[in-house]
Amino acid sequence: MVEIKTKSPQEKEEKPTPPRQEEMFLATVKGKETVLPEDLYVPPNALEILLDSFAGPLDFLLYLIRKQNLDILDINVAKITEQYTSYIELMESMQVELAGDYLVMAAYLAELKSRMLLPRPEEQIEEEDPRAELIKRLQEYQRYKEAAEKIDTIPRLDREIFAAHAKLPEFSLDTPLIDVPLEELTIALSEVMRRAEQSQAHLINFEELSTRERMSQILERMKSESFIEFTSLFKPEEGKIGVVVTFLAILELLKDSLIEIVQSEEFGPIHIKGIEEVH
Amino acid sequence: MENKLSEILEALLLSASRPINIDDMARVFEEPKPSKDEIRNALNEIDENCMERGIELKRIASGYRLQVKQSLSEYVAKLWEEKPQRFSKATLETLSLIAYKQPITRGEIEEIRGVTVGTQLMRGLMERGWVKIVGQRDVPGKPSLYSTTKEFLDYFGLQHLRELPELPSLPDLESIELELPIEEPEISAENSQTLN
Repeated sequence: MVEIKTKSPQEKEEKPTPPRQEEMFLATVKGKETVLPEDLYVPPNALEILLDSFAGPLDFLLYLIRKQNLDILDINVAKITEQYTSYIELMESMQVELAGDYLVMAAYLAELKSRMLLPRPEEQIEEEDPRAELIKRLQEYQRYKEAAEKIDTIPRLDREIFAAHAKLPEFSLDTPLIDVPLEELTIALSEVMRRAEQSQAHLINFEELSTRERMSQILERMKSESFIEFTSLFKPEEGKIGVVVTFLAILELLKDSLIEIVQSEEFGPIHIKGIEEVH
Repeated sequence: MENKLSEILEALLLSASRPINIDDMARVFEEPKPSKDEIRNALNEIDENCMERGIELKRIASGYRLQVKQSLSEYVAKLWEEKPQRFSKATLETLSLIAYKQPITRGEIEEIRGVTVGTQLMRGLMERGWVKIVGQRDVPGKPSLYSTTKEFLDYFGLQHLRELPELPSLPDLESIELELPIEEPEISAENSQTLN
């Protein structure tokens, strides 16, 4: 319903010129040309931002009432409704997407205004003032609006309240790894040897079991398992020679610092562990 | 012995990154555990020792917290590069309605605020742990009832809801109706009849 006599929308999109302050905003409201009240004059883009700063139609209404220096109790429904709807219509004409809540309020105000204007039949003389409900809503809303503003001023964590902290002491929760004495290693070897002796497999293809190959096999296995139990590397069916080759491979890897030998407790199982190296 | 206890409690308060209560404190001791009164006395001792320090012991909803003295917060705030988060009007209004009128449904909040309360907003409040669903109102649609949490009180450094600022009182509606001014001259006669 509001036609703004400034520039056409197409022009505006191409070349947005900031509106000049002296330029009066003329709007046609319901066919009647009116000059918008001075406090209604807001640059079109700012209008959207302005509305954003309100928490809703009730907040907006309270603002309009305050602008007129009026008490909620003194509101002039006709005037407020007119102002409110002219804002809303102006927004719509500028294709500002309005929350439905604002339109609901506009409809409610329009209804209220018409009820105020209609002469009331004699028999309904006891009916309460139509404004009472709006006033009640505005007052109720204002209570919580004020409460919210008060809550905003309460000191809060990380704004005014800062919790005191101290750095935690160093915890050593994981048990340290024990160095493996060489004799432990030889005992483990003899254990394996003994087991190998018990095995009766004698057919060994020497050519296939080179130390290098075994080293690669162990490294290959290390890719999928970070910890390999020492004894699990030996296969009894490979016989004594197989055990020796594997043991040599382990020693070679150890020498090349490609693996680490660890034992979590004394006399516990020995494990082979890869060294986290920089590739 | 007494001294030792307060030292331990101070260590607990400083290392926990959350408020802790007396039960939490008692839990770290082996039998025989110090009694709650002993713990309380030790806490008083800590509080007294804070007199000439930059920190204070504060009792809040979830227990106790050692925090920077309120009077010194402006200095500490300067150390923080990031500005603390500001809350939108919508968030604050919704939060205050839940705080003062809990348990409350979303519909009831919307009725008073005159505006839709977004799902995002409610979820945000719940994710921060300030608001929780405490049940459903027994009406069609079974709307959820929301309440504030201890964390909400902790955040604002409060121990009880009653420490919140007093809600502005609602004027007596009976008297308002009598005070209603007359605005339209044509119907003023009607109005004065109604009101007198």
